[in-house]
Amino acid sequence: MKDMVTDEALAEAAGRGDADAFGVLVARVYDRAFAVAFRLTGSRAEAEDICQDICEALPRKLVSFDGRSRFATWLYRVIVNAVHDAHRKQASRARAAEGWGDVELARRAEAEEAEAALDWLTLAMAALPDDLRQTAVLVLEPLTHREVGEILCISEGTVAWRMSDVKKRLRAMKEAEL
Amino acid sequence: MSDELDDLARALHAATPEPDTKKRAAVLARASEAFEKKATESQGLATEPRQTSDRPLQGFVRGVREMLSTLSTRAVLGATTATAVLGVVLVSTLNTGAPSPRYFGSYEKADAPLSTVQTETASRVELEVLIESPVILEEAPAPALVRQRAAPAADMAISGQVSGLVASEPMILPAPIPGQGFEADTEAFPESETNPVKVTAEEPVSTFSVDVDTASYAILRSSLERGMLPVPDAVRVEEMINYFDYGYSAPEGDAPFSVSLGLRETPWNAGTQLVRIGLQGALPQVEDRPPLNLVFLVDTSGSMRAANKLPLLKQSLGLLLSELRPEDQVAIVSYAGAAGVVLDPTPAAETRKIRAALDALTSGGGTAGQAGLQQAYALVEEMQSEGEVSRVLLATDGDFNVGLSDPDALEDFIAGKRESGAYLSVLGFGRGNLDDATMQALAQVGNGTAAYIDTLSEARKVLVDQLTGALFPIADDVKVQVEWNPAQVAEYRLIGYETRALRREDFNNDRVDAGEIGAGHQVTALYEITPMGSAARLTDPLRYEKSSGEAASDDLGFLRLRYKAPGADESQLIEQPITNAATSDPALDYATAIAGFGQLLRDAPYLGDWSYDDAIALANNARGADAFGYRGEAVQLMRLAQSLDQ
Repeated sequence: MKDMVTDEALAEAAGRGDADAFGVLVARVYDRAFAVAFRLTGSRAEAEDICQDICEALPRKLVSFDGRSRFATWLYRVIVNAVHDAHRKQASRARAAEGWGDVELARRAEAEEAEAALDWLTLAMAALPDDLRQTAVLVLEPLTHREVGEILCISEGTVAWRMSDVKKRLRAMKEAEL
Repeated sequence: MSDELDDLARALHAATPEPDTKKRAAVLARASEAFEKKATESQGLATEPRQTSDRPLQGFVRGVREMLSTLSTRAVLGATTATAVLGVVLVSTLNTGAPSPRYFGSYEKADAPLSTVQTETASRVELEVLIESPVILEEAPAPALVRQRAAPAADMAISGQVSGLVASEPMILPAPIPGQGFEADTEAFPESETNPVKVTAEEPVSTFSVDVDTASYAILRSSLERGMLPVPDAVRVEEMINYFDYGYSAPEGDAPFSVSLGLRETPWNAGTQLVRIGLQGALPQVEDRPPLNLVFLVDTSGSMRAANKLPLLKQSLGLLLSELRPEDQVAIVSYAGAAGVVLDPTPAAETRKIRAALDALTSGGGTAGQAGLQQAYALVEEMQSEGEVSRVLLATDGDFNVGLSDPDALEDFIAGKRESGAYLSVLGFGRGNLDDATMQALAQVGNGTAAYIDTLSEARKVLVDQLTGALFPIADDVKVQVEWNPAQVAEYRLIGYETRALRREDFNNDRVDAGEIGAGHQVTALYEITPMGSAARLTDPLRYEKSSGEAASDDLGFLRLRYKAPGADESQLIEQPITNAATSDPALDYATAIAGFGQLLRDAPYLGDWSYDDAIALANNARGADAFGYRGEAVQLMRLAQSLDQ
């Protein structure tokens, strides 16, 4: 039944020390963060690491959630930043496998058809520059351009612009295949 | 429909794996540990259950209530709309037999792939809601709502679901019908939710920027004439209202514009009234106008080949030429692949040379909007001298951003040129590729107007009849602020101007950009207000509402306008009370008919049973002289929309 309680209410209750509320909230956060982080990175291992960072820091982080914005918006921003940080860390270590070019994906594809779709996806995602990929993942969640703009701290117009760029690149890819 | 994005979304969501349960459990346990630790560290925070905690039963009721209240600010509308909205959502959930992932209280369309985010329990809870609240089901509109919409782009379809809680049919629509006569479906319109009803006691002040664009009306006309209802996001009610001339009286003396007010009963809601705010820009003597420097920035990319694009554009600019004076100057820059100057600055007297350059424009190649824009502004700077007015007229079918990854820099570029006094107007041509959102954004940043040209007669209206208004600004950064009197007005809502809202504090901030008014331009804004004590009030009065205190005024509200003289840095203020006196106001009658028409097209929630028949009757009664037939044409469009809406 608690699933019907809004994130904002849970966050507020957790802020007041309600451990049950926090438990429900952090489970939701994990599932959402995992899905989004995976779509952003294309790597299961990376998504798991990011989720771990986010969830373990959540008790501290919740303080910065002021209840003025939607929890979902706030969480998306946290995820995007965590992915960004992870990439930076990775870059300073050795260059790890590029997520969207990873073999992990290919292993997951079982049916032949799914494999073809996955190939296309991997190619498409790898071909997009970071900012476009980020924007596309968020827009396709789906979120409105306004919400994505809020999350990425850019204007709505920029989101629309990037999406039209994404569309153009995808179209160009398709045309190149034909 | 943009297949590419659809495919990408589907593949992306399908590729997302389930989280590893063991790892998930371990992380959750550690997070809870961290939470307990932090809770005991911070002094005095009790960890035992709170008295008012979300126990299951209350939690459920409270959850539904919170869900309703977070669904939309329109929950203030009262139960009918709110339950109808909830009903639609749940029905579509049922139809798929599986839950859709929910973010921001929004739902994916029924046939979209399922994401792994949703938990089992949530789906059960949603089904329980259905069973326990049969009332909700009865309120749900029948799926017969599936109607034909002018093929929207993918992101619009999605946004229709996320933000269109009231425009509910896209939630049931399986997919827009592709290939309805458009060359390609990559049109983009700015997203906007219909302005909600505001409670005066909570938010007495309403602030917005003027909008003299008319693109939206021409776009919806072009849609309707192709036999399709326009996408709701393409309908901007204020641009429809401002398409028409209301014959306001000209300002007296040196004032750049006059202000007039009107009041009448709302035809679609017996208990409310409509307030009209009308601005009329001064029309200086045409002979006295300063010399004009025009740079035509023409998109000659391959997509411009269609008859209603480049050929129409040439004819349109040709019409404009005959209105210019010998001392005016014209230059032409084309952009397709590489941008180039087609015609160096040339006195308008050399008509033949200019026409020849126009005629020589041919389409071909890709588009690079930014380089063209830079060249156009460089020419403007070359032509500009003291006391002259300069303007870049960008003509495109919308696709002018190839290779441009930094739109913010482009906006900064245009904003910088705006400081130097050059204005930018955008003329849209053709359909299928139209990037209305970008057009709007660039024209707004460039202190210009955006117009959409579908026929030669529209070109005539935009470029010739309004030559002065379109090209000579008389007031910059015009902002409107209305403070409603809570003693007289219980609730209000602004009709249209969704994309022009300003923050209250920005009204007095001269650095915040707003819309321009050109010579002879008219701006009309309508508010629907609910008088105190009206039965039509949607919200309950507060029990402890402040009694209206010192000498309650009879005024409905107070109107403030800020504007800058062209080129000035400091704004000036005009103030005027809005009095409670209804008079016969033919301008308001006609504007009301158009406002109603626009709201019908947007599926705005406030019209009740009011229908196209009512709009047509009202428009016909208020048609007036209609010398150019624009008003008659609007009635034809209403009838078209009515039959398409069946």
